[in-house]
Amino acid sequence: MDGVTPILDACPVRRAAQTNRLAGGGGIDRSRPLDFRFDGRDYQGYAGDTLASALLANGVRLLGRSYKYGRPRGIVSAGPEEPGALVTLGSGAALEPNIRPTMVPLRQGLEAFAQLSPAGTGPDPLGWIADRFSRFLPPGFYYKTFSWPRRLWPLYERMLRKAASSAPVPEQRDANRYEHRYMHCDVLVVGGGPAGLAAALAAGRAGASVVLADENAELGGALIDEPDTPAGRAARAWVAAMVGELDSLPEVETLKRTSVVAFHDHNYLIAVEERGDSMVPPPAQRLLKIRAREVVLATGAVERPLVFPDNDRPGVMLAGAVRTYLNRYAVMPGQTMVVFTNNDTAYRTALEAAGAGARVTVVDIRPQPRGALVRRARAAGIGVLPGHAVTAVRGRRAVRGVEIRALADDGRGVGAAAMELPCSVVAMSGGWIPSVQLFSQSGGRLRFRPDVGAHVPGEPPTLNRSRPAGACNGSFTLSACVAEGLAAGQAAAGQAEAGVGSGAEIPHPPPPGTDDEEEPALFLPHVPGPLPGPLPGKSFVDLQSDVTVADIVLAEREGYGAVEHLKRYTALGMGADQGRTSALNGLAVLAGQRGVGIGALGHTTFRPNLKPVRFGAIAGPHLGPSFTPQRRTPMHPWHEANGAVFEDTGTWIRPFCFPNPGETAEQAVRREARAARTGVGLLDASTLGKIEVQGPDAEEFLDRMYVTTRRGLAVGRCRYGMMLNENGVVFDDGVTTRLAPDHFLLSTNSSGAARVLRWLEEWLQTEWPDLDVFCTCVTEQWANATLVGPLARDLLRQVTDIDLDPARFPFMSMRQGTVAGLPARVFRIAYSGDLSFEINVPARHGLALWESLVRAGETFGLTPYGTEAMHLLRAEKGFIVVGQDTDGTVTPVDLGQGVPAATARDFVGKRSLFRADMLRDDRKQLVGLLTADPSLVLPVGTHLTDTPRPVPPVPTLGFVTTGHFSPAVGRSIALALVAGGRGRLGETVTAYRRDGGPHPVTIVPPCFYDPDGERRHA
Amino acid sequence: MLVIRCPWCSERDQTEFSYHGEAHIARPATPMDRTDEQWGDYLFFRSNTRGPHRERWLHAAGCRRWFNLLRDTATGRILAVYRPDEPPPAATAG
Ligand SMILES: [Zn+2]
Repeated sequence: MDGVTPILDACPVRRAAQTNRLAGGGGIDRSRPLDFRFDGRDYQGYAGDTLASALLANGVRLLGRSYKYGRPRGIVSAGPEEPGALVTLGSGAALEPNIRPTMVPLRQGLEAFAQLSPAGTGPDPLGWIADRFSRFLPPGFYYKTFSWPRRLWPLYERMLRKAASSAPVPEQRDANRYEHRYMHCDVLVVGGGPAGLAAALAAGRAGASVVLADENAELGGALIDEPDTPAGRAARAWVAAMVGELDSLPEVETLKRTSVVAFHDHNYLIAVEERGDSMVPPPAQRLLKIRAREVVLATGAVERPLVFPDNDRPGVMLAGAVRTYLNRYAVMPGQTMVVFTNNDTAYRTALEAAGAGARVTVVDIRPQPRGALVRRARAAGIGVLPGHAVTAVRGRRAVRGVEIRALADDGRGVGAAAMELPCSVVAMSGGWIPSVQLFSQSGGRLRFRPDVGAHVPGEPPTLNRSRPAGACNGSFTLSACVAEGLAAGQAAAGQAEAGVGSGAEIPHPPPPGTDDEEEPALFLPHVPGPLPGPLPGKSFVDLQSDVTVADIVLAEREGYGAVEHLKRYTALGMGADQGRTSALNGLAVLAGQRGVGIGALGHTTFRPNLKPVRFGAIAGPHLGPSFTPQRRTPMHPWHEANGAVFEDTGTWIRPFCFPNPGETAEQAVRREARAARTGVGLLDASTLGKIEVQGPDAEEFLDRMYVTTRRGLAVGRCRYGMMLNENGVVFDDGVTTRLAPDHFLLSTNSSGAARVLRWLEEWLQTEWPDLDVFCTCVTEQWANATLVGPLARDLLRQVTDIDLDPARFPFMSMRQGTVAGLPARVFRIAYSGDLSFEINVPARHGLALWESLVRAGETFGLTPYGTEAMHLLRAEKGFIVVGQDTDGTVTPVDLGQGVPAATARDFVGKRSLFRADMLRDDRKQLVGLLTADPSLVLPVGTHLTDTPRPVPPVPTLGFVTTGHFSPAVGRSIALALVAGGRGRLGETVTAYRRDGGPHPVTIVPPCFYDPDGERRHA
Repeated sequence: MLVIRCPWCSERDQTEFSYHGEAHIARPATPMDRTDEQWGDYLFFRSNTRGPHRERWLHAAGCRRWFNLLRDTATGRILAVYRPDEPPPAATAG
């Protein structure tokens, strides 16, 4: 049976046996054969083929299986709307899943694979079962079947994932290269058919800068599908003349294989340009970001499938696509063809297929078709069955025939009598669906036109400027398309105020003989059954999401009769094709079921993007080092040359530690920290944020921004302080130094300078514009080498002219002078808690300063240290890092800074500290923790509880924010935020480690080393 | 994505700007005199307008200056741009 045999065993094909290729004609180059592989077999096609046309030429019908029912699927269309078979291209790093074979130009050595469900080329158990037992997979089956019992959900989820992944997930990094391009133009024309060509030329002639984007490899739209007849040749000549003149205009750029996928506010459109292997080295795709003053939407129309039983069998194709394969690719998909239609256009397919030697029968839903094309078909001897419908398709993996029945006059049922017609292709046409997605995205309203049977553009958008023209506007004749395109192009150019040229004359007359007078179509939601019962078989509305008429009927009955509900309940239109061919048929079935017109239902939202866009294209070149700026200090070359291990801190790359040969990072950190406590260490602190604040009102301004007053700070003195946001939450902390009466230097967190500068500017510009103050970020203007430890003064004395006597250069002050002959500002600030000198020199001298200090330090055992030792030293002192030891809830009161006096001066965030919730004593407060096992280091994020044997749910007391092993204290230490922690000093609580279970810890004050702070004053 | 006319730099893409909520929220002159409820109103409560909305923007990747837009939140249409020292224009729908 089908379900237990490999899917691609249909008639073995010898390599290069293009059994369905016509002897002559078409736009392919027979002198350039191309070898390609599909699912492990070798084939040959020609230059100019798509993968789809080459497969059809080789008689390959079955391309994969559908995702829900595992049904065999083949090629349905010839274009971007392909709802049938998606394939996987390439393998390894070049693997690309979910590719429409209709959009892949054939190239030598191309390798493609069928996509199966579930993955694998062997038997197809779940899909096979699903097709036969589909009553167990009703719409919404995810929610219904698998929701209970809850404990089994993981099992269901695994099953569903396996069944639903129709494509392999690439396991290697995408080897393709992607680019971004920004474009600006007066007029963007989307679509290069007759309307788009006319619009682009009209706008271009008027002097506008024009971008014309078309998703096909060739411009001309439907005209390039015309047969090799005088009229067809005239059509192609017209296209060539239009393209030729467009190419001659310097302000017109034409982009082929470019899909516009999104229309955003203020005429900002996103497009994806397929570059393929046309460039060396090739960017696979370019993401285009286009800002256009005016947009002409000439997006055309796609053919509407008919809905009848087993209309998904490989060989059931859109009639227009059959024409495309015949005329553009010289491929006859099958020698016996049933054309099933509700309108006149499919008769062209019948005529041209018969002309190419096929045996053709037309089955027309309409009781009395009499249009010009119908008369021509009859005159050509083609059998026409009016008032009939296809009621069954024979064959499972490929069409073998159809069953035909007469339709009752009102279209509500079919007769009991059936006849069988053998055929290998069903070419169906249910009319044409204007591609209105971009117009809708632009903010335009749609209206339903019963004569078209579809939505067309209505009220234009107010925010954006988009003009529909041609088939997407519901105008299908060539003359109307050209006229509308011309008018839209001229109007857009005029609106864009780009030029004064009139462009009024028709650029080239449209070719004759392509417009036949047509009779109206007859729309049926789906082929009905013989009254009163339904027909056997599944009538598919959406091939990609496997949604049938029965699914929609059931969903409506269960109360999901609103279009957005129906979509989510059945997954209608949620496939990779975004419902381009299925959404309207779904609405028609729903409208029929509800007994209302389609226009009364509305339509689902056409969200961006209209087709899947690769993450690679979205990321573009912004990968690895190009993802975000990487900042290095002036001393970086020395760190690199001396074996530093680096870490990223924000955008800075800083030394984590400097391991000696044979030393682990942990050993290095302990050695570095010990040196800074007992000898002298050297830290590159250049990343520290630095902002200069200057002006007559600088003191007043800073007084309003910091918790601690800046008033009265003497020139040359420093003061620590916290900055709050208006909610009272600590936002940054740092030291303010007064350089002059009206001139201050603030230090900020290493990653916080930009944020703080913006914060200061916000208050100055929006709240207190009367203050005469200027702020400038000088972080990168100054390098900072910090000497730390009891020997720091002795070392610095060797290289400076500054008086280092502690009486004249006390703690929390700044002196200017020279260090190693370089102009320097030296600060006595102690983030380590020990004697410390922060030496700032202009950035260009940073490396020289560092190297001088290292040379001078040789006799002192000077030890460079990194960020990890720096954090360990500050943790021993209980100094916080804002953002690590605090989060978006922590106030200075929580950190033990005390409640400010209510009557004293105001500062930003002060009032919030007095809100009732901010004064509660069970708020999380900063404390220290000592583990029962002194060697155990608590990971950051470890939660604390009151009880060692918890039964869920367990309230958390708080969590660890910093944890280290401290060589100076001789044991592990931690900082934590603990509810009411300051009132629980000495108590033992339980730490729950992610690995390792509960561990008792004692709450202590958040300072483990030199609690009286005497060493820093040394 | 909007095109925004910075009063100092002219038209730029929205990516150069950052949005900072409703404009003209007056900070109480004497915060400590406010009740918790009054202070909460100032901190947290905004008008959530559907229609013309006065809002603050910063030309963050440009001149780094703050200014105000009158923007229709229902349509995305920008009705007016004005500097912090200019009087707010009348809010008429667009
Ligand atoms: Zn600006």
